[in-house]
Amino acid sequence: MNAPAYNFAYLDEQTKRMIRRAILKAIAIPGYQVPFASREMPMPYGWGTGGVQVTAAILGPQDVLKVIDQGSDDTTNAISIRKFFAKTAGVATTTSTDEATVIQTRHRIPETSLHANQVLVYQVPIPEPLRFLEPRETETRRMHALAEYGLMHVKLYEDIARFGHIATAYAYPVKVNARYVMDPSPTPKFDNPKMDNCPALQLFGAGREKRIYAIPPYTQVVSLDFEDHPFEPYRFNAPCALCGAENSYLDEIVTDDKGSRMFVCSDTDYCEGRQAAGHHGAQSAAPYKDKAQEASNG
Amino acid sequence: MADQGLLETDEPLLIARSLSKSYGRIAACRDVSFSLYPGEVLAIVGESGSGKSTLLQMLSGQLAASGGHVSYRMRDGVTRDLASLGEAERRLLFRTDWGFVHQDPAQGLRMAVSAGANVGERLMAVGWNHYGRIRESASDWLTRVEIDVARIDDAPRTYSGGMRQRLQIARNLVTGPRLVFMDEPTGGLDVSVQARLLDLLRNLVAELHLAVVIVTHDLAVARLLSHRVMVMKGGRVIETGLTDQVLDDPREPYTQLLVSSILPP
Repeated sequence: MNAPAYNFAYLDEQTKRMIRRAILKAIAIPGYQVPFASREMPMPYGWGTGGVQVTAAILGPQDVLKVIDQGSDDTTNAISIRKFFAKTAGVATTTSTDEATVIQTRHRIPETSLHANQVLVYQVPIPEPLRFLEPRETETRRMHALAEYGLMHVKLYEDIARFGHIATAYAYPVKVNARYVMDPSPTPKFDNPKMDNCPALQLFGAGREKRIYAIPPYTQVVSLDFEDHPFEPYRFNAPCALCGAENSYLDEIVTDDKGSRMFVCSDTDYCEGRQAAGHHGAQSAAPYKDKAQEASNG
Repeated sequence: MADQGLLETDEPLLIARSLSKSYGRIAACRDVSFSLYPGEVLAIVGESGSGKSTLLQMLSGQLAASGGHVSYRMRDGVTRDLASLGEAERRLLFRTDWGFVHQDPAQGLRMAVSAGANVGERLMAVGWNHYGRIRESASDWLTRVEIDVARIDDAPRTYSGGMRQRLQIARNLVTGPRLVFMDEPTGGLDVSVQARLLDLLRNLVAELHLAVVIVTHDLAVARLLSHRVMVMKGGRVIETGLTDQVLDDPREPYTQLLVSSILPP
């Protein structure tokens, strides 16, 4: 028996068609959440079942796939999904943002700017931005239909009243194409400006909630704010400890139990690329290697 | 204010024409007609099950009538049938030109968000986008309903029953509505708090020249607030007239019973 155990990219063709129809509709109505018949995937909900289904539906044999989890190419989730498609679709995989044609992401947008011919697939846990203030699905649908988005500002108002500034740091609501308010999945608000007028196609898949939505290339995406409290992307004010980058989003890494910590780029591909190009931070790995070599020589 | 009132009274604000509602064989409301003029307070009184809440829901467009029409004179001066309004228009009307005060404040408030945001929600819904101005307006309204401005950032679940009800009123009045529906606004409050709330309501209604439809089973509330009274029984309006006239000289046996049922203090 030489028959492959799976159809190309795991899902059967009818399912992929159904997902593609949902994707086309989502692209036609930017920011609108299209319901789709989400399937059980061989992974738990919350691990990217929505993103995996979207990726499976759009993947072709010529595509080059990159998967990131919080910006990193080498976490369990990212490696598992990359292997999953290498096995079921036999596509080439990469960690380089530039070389990839399809990038599945959990909660980050790569630092390297995306180009046309690329598709960014987001894994989304809760697609409904109004959910925490309005628990009824019938009501939130109606609010989207009638573009009643006053409630979104109530959330921002609460932030300012409580903390003195808009403290929402991730899943920061945006208005797409001046119509639908959308949850950009839990990406840090640092990434929000990258969605605006982006040359790449952005697709969002929520497996448990059974919704797909999209931002077509070169679409206006505006972060909601108040006139006297404008939107500000947040970034920890330090250079990356490994590559010295001043403008990338940083992860905080606790290094011992005495309160020491270091800040490094959350986008590993970007950080490694910069280090290869000769940029160094305060705690670069390269000098450490040299010292280790010296020690073994001496 | 008085002059404006006189000018406006030419045309009614809200007109009900032979409204009826039946649930299967049960007729909850039968053939109710009246006109409400700007600045006028109409009390609908009657016992439980007399159809007064059903009537209020039909008047406020939340319940489709089985028969009859409700028309409202919009801000542009055109009187329109509520049934002919689109959902978007009806919801906008509900957020701007109308208010609805529920008996249970938890129904009319967002209990988990602060008082300031509760009052500001309607403003944000009509496009206010300046935090400072929204907050200013919210504190102004809290002062008007006698809530300490220092509590603007507290959630209503930390408020007492009377404060919640006053907050609900502020939340409804912030967009300057012309018509407010009230469903037993003093129900569930103790007597002294009731008196204070009624006093506040009476002042606001006069000051803002509000038209009010108030549903109550408490005749004292009707006497204090309203200009006219409609007495309902079994889904029908059995008696209607000026408040003093109806309550001091009731014609129908049922109204006589109702008035005589009040215990002397």
